[in-house]
Amino acid sequence: MNTNTIKISTSQLNLYYGTNHALKDVNMELYTNKITAFIGPSGCGKSTYLKTLNRMNDLIPGVKIEGEVLLDGENIYDSRVDTTLLRKKIGMVFQQPNPFPMSIYDNVAYGPRIHGIKNKSELDDIVEKSLKGAALWEEVSGRLKKSALGLSGGQQQRLCIARALAVEPEVLLMDEPTSALDPISTLKIEDLMDELKEKYTVAIVTHNMQQATRIADHTAFFLVGEVVEYAPTTELFTAPKDSRTEDYITGRFG
Amino acid sequence: MQPKSYSIFGGHGSKSGIEHAAEVIFTICGFFAVLAVASISIYMLTSGTPALLKVGILDILFGSVWKPDAAVPSFGILYVILTSIVGTALAILIGVPIGVMTSVFLAEVAPQKLADIVRPAVELLAGIPSVIYGLLGILILNPVMYDLELKIFKGSPTHQFTGGANLISAVLVLALMILPTVINISETALRSVPQHFRSASLALGATKIQTIFHVVIPAAKSGIITAIVLGTGRAIGEAMAISLVSGSSVNFPLPFHSVRFLTTAIVSEMSYASGLHKQVLFTIGLVLFVFIMMINVILNSLLKKGADKNDK
Repeated sequence: MNTNTIKISTSQLNLYYGTNHALKDVNMELYTNKITAFIGPSGCGKSTYLKTLNRMNDLIPGVKIEGEVLLDGENIYDSRVDTTLLRKKIGMVFQQPNPFPMSIYDNVAYGPRIHGIKNKSELDDIVEKSLKGAALWEEVSGRLKKSALGLSGGQQQRLCIARALAVEPEVLLMDEPTSALDPISTLKIEDLMDELKEKYTVAIVTHNMQQATRIADHTAFFLVGEVVEYAPTTELFTAPKDSRTEDYITGRFG
Repeated sequence: MQPKSYSIFGGHGSKSGIEHAAEVIFTICGFFAVLAVASISIYMLTSGTPALLKVGILDILFGSVWKPDAAVPSFGILYVILTSIVGTALAILIGVPIGVMTSVFLAEVAPQKLADIVRPAVELLAGIPSVIYGLLGILILNPVMYDLELKIFKGSPTHQFTGGANLISAVLVLALMILPTVINISETALRSVPQHFRSASLALGATKIQTIFHVVIPAAKSGIITAIVLGTGRAIGEAMAISLVSGSSVNFPLPFHSVRFLTTAIVSEMSYASGLHKQVLFTIGLVLFVFIMMINVILNSLLKKGADKNDK
């Protein structure tokens, strides 16, 4: 528990949407094989921060980013960075389950194919391994050729996790992955995340504070673009150092 | 205080006279289109079939000699039918890739400012009368084709020189004319692909171009197919522009042959035709009409298929 190796290190990160200063001097470390949760009220910048880690914010017109994000010591905002390689290394799962309108198999095989794997048996192996990794194999192994849109919301979200795993990322970013799901599906995904952290470094944005206490090793509390407090989860929830954190986790605002 | 109550019975029952009148007017308008289609169908069938029976179905549809004015007239329209099919197919083959690429450019690639210049240009293209396309074809395409013809068939004893009014000219004009249809409908289809598909693909490390070809275009497939079918309909029904650039003599549809389409066959001869000749021109109209109907049936079944798939 106490061996924390740094996977991603952020220093003095500032992000502007036009004139809106959305992230202010963010400094944070994400640790290898740990789950880090980002909590905070809507619009506090936690999702924005998550998306700076795989440069999905680049796609929004008018975004300006300053500061440094080091992934294994390499600055991901360096001009030499190939974003396709970066995003292969840092996978992402979105708030809404968003499988492609194709078969379950093709959804999972999409990433590997994009990255040049054409061999059928190799793809078969990856698909099976990824679906098993996302705890979905048992439910869909008999209907891999069926449309992914026929799955339930919870299954679709696990399919999206499998799709992300198929490109063998090292980091997994999850943007409120269970907010659109029912409690049973949520539980399944939480169980899954516990297994995932054995292989991957996980960062999760969540609105649900109980979820953060259940799954996260570390938790960061965001407020209007600033990291107010970042600590081991139990510490943050039992002995918050900042009064604003205490107000938030006790439900006095937010 | 309780207000004074009143009876709920009115003078006109449940509806007033204006309500009734309005409903009747709407219904009549609604049936007008149905009436028009029905009467056109009946009229085409009754005026197109007599010649078919008199000359013989096989002799008309599969005869290759068109000599309506000869002492022993011959009314084979096989080459005319083939020209329409080949010409339309080639126009689609050229126009659809260009049109789809343009729509991808407008919907996915172009910066907003550039798209705002290109899109009105495409819309203007749709508004230009077809006869203008024909005039430009005569001015620009035909001379180029004539030069090519002179080079390729130099000294050929069998080739009939056309002055550049040939199948290629007609195909190129048609390809240009279907562009607005293909571009507009494809662009709408591409824009209706939800943003989260693109995000998902990019987050997996796909490039923008990979995302377009592997996710966005497949997701917009049914809309793009609609665009192709409507473009086909537009191409096969076009008469004015191609009658000016195709030379309009009945020949087997080879690139440098002067050719006649179903539409141009009617346009070029109706003014002086009489008797059986005139009836055969109506038969040509019937053949064209059947083609258009077939295209519409295909379109509808494709759309239905697409809708069923989306429901699942």
